[in-house]
Amino acid sequence: MIDPDKSYDLLVAGGGNAALCAAISAAEQGARVLICEGAPHGFRGGNSRHTRNLRTAHDGPTDVLTEHYPEEEYLDDLMRVTAGNTSEELARLAIRESKGLAEWMRARGVRFQRSLGGTLSLSRTNPFFLGGGKALLNAYYLHAADLGIDVAYDAEVVGLEIEDGTFRAASIRDRGFEARVEAGALVAAAGGFQANIEWLKEAWGPAAENFLIRGTPYAKGGLLRLLLDAGVQPVGEADQCHAVAIDARAPKFDGGIATRLDCVPFSIVVNREVARFYDEGEDFWPKRYAIWGRLVAAQPEQIAYAVLDSKAIELFMPSIFPPETGDTIEGLAENLGLDPARLRDTVEAFNAACREGPFDPAAHDGLGTSGLEPEKTNWARPLDTPPFYGYPLRPGITFTYLGVSVDATARVLMEGGKPAANIWAAGEIMAGNILGQGYLAGIGMTIGTVFGRIAGREAGAHVRH
Amino acid sequence: MSATEMSTTEPLDAPSTPVLAEARRVMEICNACRYCEGYCPVFPAMERRRAFPDGDLTHLANLCHNCKGCWYACQYAPPHEFGVNLPRTFAELRAESWEAHAWPRPLARLFQRNGLWLSLATALALALVLILSMLLTGPGVFTGVHRGEGAFYAVIPYEAMVAVGTLTFGYAVLAMVMGALSYWRAAGGGRVRPADVVAALRAAATTRHLDGGGAGCNDTDERYRMGRRHLHLATMWGFLLCFAATCVATVMDHGLGWVAPYSWYSLPVLLGTVGGVGLTIGPAGLFWLKITADREPSEPRHLGMEHAFLALLFFTATSGLALLLFRHTSAMGGLLALHLGFVLALFLVLPYSKMVHGVYRLLALVREAGEAAEERREVIGLQAEGRG
Repeated sequence: MIDPDKSYDLLVAGGGNAALCAAISAAEQGARVLICEGAPHGFRGGNSRHTRNLRTAHDGPTDVLTEHYPEEEYLDDLMRVTAGNTSEELARLAIRESKGLAEWMRARGVRFQRSLGGTLSLSRTNPFFLGGGKALLNAYYLHAADLGIDVAYDAEVVGLEIEDGTFRAASIRDRGFEARVEAGALVAAAGGFQANIEWLKEAWGPAAENFLIRGTPYAKGGLLRLLLDAGVQPVGEADQCHAVAIDARAPKFDGGIATRLDCVPFSIVVNREVARFYDEGEDFWPKRYAIWGRLVAAQPEQIAYAVLDSKAIELFMPSIFPPETGDTIEGLAENLGLDPARLRDTVEAFNAACREGPFDPAAHDGLGTSGLEPEKTNWARPLDTPPFYGYPLRPGITFTYLGVSVDATARVLMEGGKPAANIWAAGEIMAGNILGQGYLAGIGMTIGTVFGRIAGREAGAHVRH
Repeated sequence: MSATEMSTTEPLDAPSTPVLAEARRVMEICNACRYCEGYCPVFPAMERRRAFPDGDLTHLANLCHNCKGCWYACQYAPPHEFGVNLPRTFAELRAESWEAHAWPRPLARLFQRNGLWLSLATALALALVLILSMLLTGPGVFTGVHRGEGAFYAVIPYEAMVAVGTLTFGYAVLAMVMGALSYWRAAGGGRVRPADVVAALRAAATTRHLDGGGAGCNDTDERYRMGRRHLHLATMWGFLLCFAATCVATVMDHGLGWVAPYSWYSLPVLLGTVGGVGLTIGPAGLFWLKITADREPSEPRHLGMEHAFLALLFFTATSGLALLLFRHTSAMGGLLALHLGFVLALFLVLPYSKMVHGVYRLLALVREAGEAAEERREVIGLQAEGRG
């Protein structure tokens, strides 16, 4: 519970990576900090609970990273996935600051490991948290407690008193009771609005009913709405988000990493009409998973089906739900609820377009189809060895990009571009400044950590004066 | 594909118990997540598999050192609807497997309500030794001062001590070996290579996997600490040193005719003293960790087994140290009977106590060493093909 007799310099709204980095940075400067986490203790940490790594530039091999990853290459990667839809100033800042993050995190209890097993493609760019995001959050919460930071769980910000760009106080629903908290500064780090299906429908229409939300069910965008209503300048489009294709049988919320499906490059993917709609073999899955969410979202009823045969079933990481099976293509189609004759026709057309040649799942083998629309450009082998397998796919939303505008000190900008007096933002709620579209694996945690630190440092300095 | 890799295309038998069914469910979630792969060998061993038959699950459960790192890191732990609690599930499965492989079969049920059985056995053993020593040597045995060569045998006759000790300990070893053989067959362990045994013994001797991937176990909460590892080392080496002391003393007494008690600076007393101190501090500390730790990741049904065994080790060690300190006083008779009573209880219950975790953990480490070596050979083979 929030202690009404205590007073605070800084209110941090949110309880994930960005919020904790901000709270810790401010407390290290002597600020008295209250974290209001909207979720209960068991679900604390927002989407950070489901993360595993962050993307950092570095000049040479480290204990957990191979080779080097120059800032320019990082920026090129970001420009490519966002198609230039980014604030270059803030992007360069995030990338420059990413260099020192691992050391800063280590000093606050976070532990790293080398990438192993199925994640080797990220071993050059992304250091992995030992135990994943929840272990990282545990380390930060322990460190926050050591610094004397108070944490209120189940404490959602439901009202803001903002006058002319100056934050005065917030109303908190604190385990069912309303509390008013005054503070000298506010850090807004309460995530996107992806768990708010009604808001998603405003952008996507009824299709949003069929989206699965990969992360926390607590990211309903309440704080974002309050800030926008108070005259903060928005950034990004409401229908832009980090979305991947996941197993359609995943829970509506919070399914996390285990609902991922890596089978697409070794499958054909059809929609409800049993038509293929994109090149499944365009590139390795870690380079393509982030576009398939939108691809599936564009299909009828927002569903698709990956179909493969027993030659391919062990080429990708095991998935949480067992595949549908069939000894014939028609039998599989029935189990998937697809038209058997059409699936047979689609598979036969695909098989006829496959060429002879060496197959190599570990390289772009160039084993493509010829004469198909769309072609499959790598790993195209005929589906001819029963039993056949199928996985249903749906769009899985990780987080939304519509957010609040910030400047290079993470300070929130009001309508017209004037900086707010004492409001900063970090994490998903402002990631849209950098991510106009697309996604680069691990950059969400980089943005949260970089801007969390900056916001905490700036807010801490502000309340000292 | 390696020998350990099960094909998804071969349907598995249904899990034979509810605990195995839960373990399979959890492993399938974990194998799709893999965030914990840096903590311990369980996860790399899991990643070599795509399916989890009962024998493999039993192996993985016994390979788990219960560091609880995966519990605190788990995004699917309660209150998440997947409700993953790997430390508890594996602790239940371990206990189930120890019961399943206990020898002889009718005594397997001792693993249920194990704390009660162990306490009863200890009480009976103490009573037996006290009564027998009175019957055999007369009522003055606990009040008189006995000194010099053969003083102990004035309290409990030499032949009785040797006969009871040899019989009970011999039986314990036999029962544990039979259990180990049954486990190895059922879990599908395969051929044992000497190099794997060496690797397993090295890992066990240093309790290497009680380090939670570097910084230690989650002893009681989210913090990583080395307390449990150090206390476990003290317990294990304390036990082994005490055992060594007993062996050396037996050879000196029985083989060389140098009759006990021995001086402070003799080998058996030195070994026993150091071992006894370890076996006092270790179990006491582990007991403290167990009662102060978070309850959620621990397995409630077998807490009695854990507590009773630690208590028995503690009292065996402290009674031995007390005997050493007061052997020249009139308390010696009583202390000797007490100490031998605890030792007798320990020998009697050994194959039906938490002690067996050491046997099965070692077997799991042997198998893990074999699988890891096979995997390394495969990687080297792939690199030779230019595919690393």
